[in-house]
Amino acid sequence: MTNSWADIGWTDLAIIMGGNAAEAHPCGFKWVVEAKANRGAKLIVVDPRYTRSASVADFYCPIRPGTDIAFLGGVINYLLSNDKIQHDYVKNYTNAAYLVNPAYGFSDGLFTGYDEAKRDYDKSSWDYQVGEDGFAKLDDTLQDPNCVFQLMKKHFAIYTPEMVERICGSPKDKFLKVAEMIASCSTPTKTMTSMYALGWTQHSKGSQNIRAMAMVQLLLGNIGVRGGGMNALRGHSNIQGLTDLGLMSNLIPGYLTLPTEKEPDFNAYMSSRGFKPLRPGQMSYWQNYKKFFVSFQKSMWGEAATAENNWAYDYLPKLDVTYDMLRVFDLMVQGKMTGYFCQGFNPLMTLSNRGKLTEGLSKLKWLVTMDPLDTETSRFWENHGEFNDVKTGDIQTEVFQLPTSCFAEDEGSLVNSGRWLQWHYPGQEPPGEAKLDTWIMAQIGQKLKALYQKEGGAFPDPILNLTWNYADPNNPTPQELAKEMNGSALADQMDPKDATKVVVEKGKQLSGFAQLKDDGSTQAFCWIYTGCWTEAGNQMARRDKEDGGTGLAPKWAWSWPANRRILYNRASSDVAGKPWDDSRKLVYWAGDKWAGIDVPDYGAAFKPEQTVGPFIMNPEGVARLFTRKMMRDGPFPTHYEPFEAPVANAVAPKIRGNPAARIFKGDFAALGSSDKYPYVATSYRLTEHFHQWTKHVWVNAVLQPEFFVEISEELAKEKGITKGGWVRVWSNRGSVKAKAVVTKRIKPLMVDGKPTHIVGIPQHWGFMGAAKKGMNPNSLTPFVGDANIETPEYKAFLVNIEAIASGPVA
Amino acid sequence: MANQSLNLLRRSASTDTPPVTGGQTIEVAKLIDVSKCIGCKACQSACLEWNNLREEVGVNVGVYDNPHDLTPNSWTLMRFAEWDNPDTGNFEWLIRKDGCMHCQDPGCLKACPAPGAIVQYTNGIVDFVHENCIGCAYCVKGCPFNIPRISKVDHKAYKCSLCSDRVAVGQGPACAKACPTAAIMFGTKEDMKKQAEKRIVDLKSRGYANAGLYDPAGVGGTHVMYVLHHNDKPEIYAGLPHEPKISPLVAAWKGTGKVLALGALAFAALGAFFHHTVVGPNKVSEHDEENAAELAEEGKSSKTEARPV
Repeated sequence: MTNSWADIGWTDLAIIMGGNAAEAHPCGFKWVVEAKANRGAKLIVVDPRYTRSASVADFYCPIRPGTDIAFLGGVINYLLSNDKIQHDYVKNYTNAAYLVNPAYGFSDGLFTGYDEAKRDYDKSSWDYQVGEDGFAKLDDTLQDPNCVFQLMKKHFAIYTPEMVERICGSPKDKFLKVAEMIASCSTPTKTMTSMYALGWTQHSKGSQNIRAMAMVQLLLGNIGVRGGGMNALRGHSNIQGLTDLGLMSNLIPGYLTLPTEKEPDFNAYMSSRGFKPLRPGQMSYWQNYKKFFVSFQKSMWGEAATAENNWAYDYLPKLDVTYDMLRVFDLMVQGKMTGYFCQGFNPLMTLSNRGKLTEGLSKLKWLVTMDPLDTETSRFWENHGEFNDVKTGDIQTEVFQLPTSCFAEDEGSLVNSGRWLQWHYPGQEPPGEAKLDTWIMAQIGQKLKALYQKEGGAFPDPILNLTWNYADPNNPTPQELAKEMNGSALADQMDPKDATKVVVEKGKQLSGFAQLKDDGSTQAFCWIYTGCWTEAGNQMARRDKEDGGTGLAPKWAWSWPANRRILYNRASSDVAGKPWDDSRKLVYWAGDKWAGIDVPDYGAAFKPEQTVGPFIMNPEGVARLFTRKMMRDGPFPTHYEPFEAPVANAVAPKIRGNPAARIFKGDFAALGSSDKYPYVATSYRLTEHFHQWTKHVWVNAVLQPEFFVEISEELAKEKGITKGGWVRVWSNRGSVKAKAVVTKRIKPLMVDGKPTHIVGIPQHWGFMGAAKKGMNPNSLTPFVGDANIETPEYKAFLVNIEAIASGPVA
Repeated sequence: MANQSLNLLRRSASTDTPPVTGGQTIEVAKLIDVSKCIGCKACQSACLEWNNLREEVGVNVGVYDNPHDLTPNSWTLMRFAEWDNPDTGNFEWLIRKDGCMHCQDPGCLKACPAPGAIVQYTNGIVDFVHENCIGCAYCVKGCPFNIPRISKVDHKAYKCSLCSDRVAVGQGPACAKACPTAAIMFGTKEDMKKQAEKRIVDLKSRGYANAGLYDPAGVGGTHVMYVLHHNDKPEIYAGLPHEPKISPLVAAWKGTGKVLALGALAFAALGAFFHHTVVGPNKVSEHDEENAAELAEEGKSSKTEARPV
C-alpha cells in the first residue's frame, strides 16, 4: 500500500477492482464502511461476479476476467478526452512532459523491438530524449507529439466505451457511470482509493493491470494524498514482510537485487544501480544503493566483508535465471531439481496445473515440509481416491515433515499491507513436537556449518563466515533478529557537520537509514527496516493509538520507511507547498520547513522553489506514466487476452496472451482453446476460509463445508445443471468434481457479440483437514505467469462443464 | 455499557411476580445494519465459539447458507437472498443475520407451559432456562419468526440468548464483538434507535427511499432490530415477516388457560394436540439414544476450554 488501512476511512470514493475486500479482507474492509458512513463516500465494485463487496457497493459493474487493462484503458481515455485530470499534478509530478525517443512506437499490439523467437523486447527505444547535460528533455506545454502525454493519449484512444463493452462485456452505460464517478475525483479536493489484490496480480499481465490503475490515480492527482493511493491488499498477514525481506529468488532484503551472471564483479553490479538524477536537483534516492548494499553485506558476513574483497560480493550467488515457483516445478519435472524445502507453503493445492506438480514432487529424491498443519503437499504420495489419485508404491520421494509453530505461538513482528511492523507475543506454546521455524533453521545452519568445517568443499567461505552472533546459536531470539534487521554502528559515527561529535557510538542501534554508510562502518540486514528497533527500544511494540483522529496512528507500531504512513506525501501539496485540500492536510511547506502530520518524504529544509520532486525513488523525481525500460512487456499497459480466452484479441487479433510472458514449451502445448473449452473460469477465495488453513478448523468447516463452483442460472439451464447438484469441470490440464451453486450473482456477458459464461471456482479445499474432502481450481489452471514477476494466471482460463450424477469417491 | 443485573420481568407459565434483586435496568438492543453487513459469518463463528456449540460439518446444497437452517447448535445464521430490484433493474444480494429477535411481547414465553422455562429480563432479553424446559415445542409455535429449535438429543429448546451471560457483566454479545464492519451494534434500545436514524438518512441519500428500522409493533417491538434498505418489503430478506404477530392459536390457548384454569385432562389433551401438531409424536429414536451416549462420552473426555473474551 502507498497508504494504510485506516487511511481508507478518509476517501471519497473507494474502487474495488482486482480484488474483493469484503470477502477476503473483512477486517480491513471496515474502513470502507467507515468512509461511507462518516464521509458519505461511495464504493464502486468492478468484478466478474457480484461479490460480497458488491453487496454493499453503491455501484457494481461486471467485467470479463482478464480484461482489466481494456477497462482501465477506457477510463484513461475517458479522463483524457473529457479533460478530467488534475492538471497541475500531472504536469509537475508525473513524466507527462518528458520527451520520448522518436524511435519508440507501438503497432499491432507490439511495442518496438519485439523478438518473437525470444518472446522478449529490445527495449532500447523505450526511453527519454536526454540532453547533453545528461538530463531528460521536457516540453512543458505537453504538445510535442513525442511527449509522454501525447503518446499516452494516442496509445489509449482505441479504448472507447464501445471497445470496452466489446472486450470486457461491461455494458457501455455501466462503464460510463464508473468512468464518470472516477472522473469526479480529478479535482484537488476529492480523492479515490484503489483497493486491489490477487484479482489483478494473478494474470499473465498482472503488473500492468496495477500500472494501469496507478496511471489513473496519477492523472487524478491521487497518489501521496490522504484517502488516495494504490493499495495492495496483501493476501496473508505477513506477506508484506516476506517481500520486504527479499524472499524471492532474485531479491535480497529491502528490494535490493541479487547479482546476475552478467554481473560477475561488484563494479558491473553497481553500474546498473544507484541511478543518477535525470533532472537537476532530484533526490534519486537509489543513489544510496551502495550504502544499503554494503550494510547488508556487513550484516551477513561481518569482518569477512571488507573493502578489499568488495564487501564479500563473491559470496552472493549469481543468478542465471530467476527461480520462481513455476520454474522450480518445471525443473523438478525435468529431473533437474531433486531436493526441495517447502516452508509454510502448500503448492500441491495452490500452484498451477496440479498434475504437473504431483509429477514434479514424485521425481524428487527428498522433500522437507515445514508447516503448522498437515498439508496436502506433505501427503502428496498418499492415495485419497479421486481426491489424490496417486500410486503410492511408485513414488520414491523421501518426505521429512517438520511441524512448526503457527503465528499465534511465536513472538515477532508481522508487516501488514500498510507497511506497519506490528510486534506480537505468543498466545501459547506450540503443541506437541512443533518447533519455531527459527529454531529449525538454526539447527540446519549449525549442522551445515559443522559439515563444511569438517569436510571443506569447493567454496565454504559464505557458510563458515556467516555472522551468527546469537546468545544461543541454536536458538536466535526474535529480539536478536529484529535488532539485526534494524542495524547498528560498527564504528563511532561522527556528525558530518562536526567531526568531533559522535552521533552513534560503536555498537549502538541506528535510528534511521540515513545513517547507513558504504565504508563498512554500519550494518543493517534490511535497510528499509532501519528505525524499527533503535536505542529507544522496540518501536514495533508501540501501542499508542492517539493520532488526533487522522487515522495515521504514528505512535502505533512502526511503519517503513522511517515511520512514514503515506508514501510520496510531498505530493499532497502543490508545487508551492500548499495543501491541495485544506481539510486533508498531510505534509506542507510551513514557511521555513516541511510540516504536517506525517514524516515528510524528504529533508525538512528543501525549499519548494528547489522543485525537488515528490517521487524521490525515481531519478526523475516524478512518477512515471511512461515507464521507460522498467517492465518487460511495455512502457504502457495494453490489452492482451489471457492465454486461454474465448475470443481473439480485438485490438491485436494475431497475438495470443501476453507476448512477453514466459511460457515453457510443454505448457504452451497444454493450453486449451475455446472450441473445446467455451467457458471463462476464474478462481477466488471465500470469507469463511483462509487459503487451505482453516479447513483444518472445525468452525470454519461448518461455515463453508464443501467445494463448489458457481455458475449463472442461464448456464445451469443450458447445461441441465441443478442447484446443489454435482458437476464436473475440466480444462485441457485436469478435471474437478464439485457441487453447483447456481446464482443470479453471475450473469452471462456479451463479449464481442456473443454471450460468454463465467464459471467461478473458489480455492479452499483439499484432502486433509476437518472440511469435506474436495478439489481445487489449481487442477485446472494454466502453467503461465505474469511477464514481470511470474505470478501464475489463476484468474482467467477456459473450462468446460457438465452435470454428473454423483460426487468423487474417496 | 454498565453491568446489567438480570432482573426478571416475567417468566413462562407463572403468575409470580419476579423478585427485583438489583438496581434499575435499561432496555438493551442489538442493531443489525443489513446495509453494512458483508455476510462474512464472523457472527456465526463467534456464536459457536462463545456458546461452545458443536455444529456438524454439513454439505453444500447450492447456496452460501451454512448450516442450511437454524439448529439447536446454530443460534444465528446468515441468510443470503438474491433479489432483482424491479424499480432499478439492478440485482441486489440481501444478506440478513437471522436469530432470535427478543420480542418485547415474546410469543415463545406466552406459549410456554413449563414454569420458568422461558424468562424475560427487565432489559428485554428473552432467555431459555433449559433445566425447566420440557421440550414440548410450544415455543416454536408461539414464535412469529420461526426461531427456537428442539434438540433431538436432550429434547430441549434452543435459541440465541443475546449473550445474556456477557451482557450481565457489561459486555456486548459475542456476534457484535466479532463483527468486522460494525454491522452488529449493541447498546441501549434508545441509542440503537438513534444510531439507526443516522443510518437511514445515509441510505436515503443513496437512493434507498424506503430505508427504515425494523422494530415490529405487532410483537411490542424487538430487542434485535434491523436497518433495512427496503423496510417496506422485509419479506425479501429471506422471509422476514412483514407484520409479525403471535399466532392466534397461542393467544386463544393462553387466554383460555388463564381465565378458565383448564382441568388437568383438558390440559393434557390440548397439550398432546399441540405437541403432535408442532413436533410430531414424542418418541426417542435409536439415533437419539446414540447421539446422547456420544455426547455424554464427549462430555467426559473433553477438557474445559478457555472462552474467548
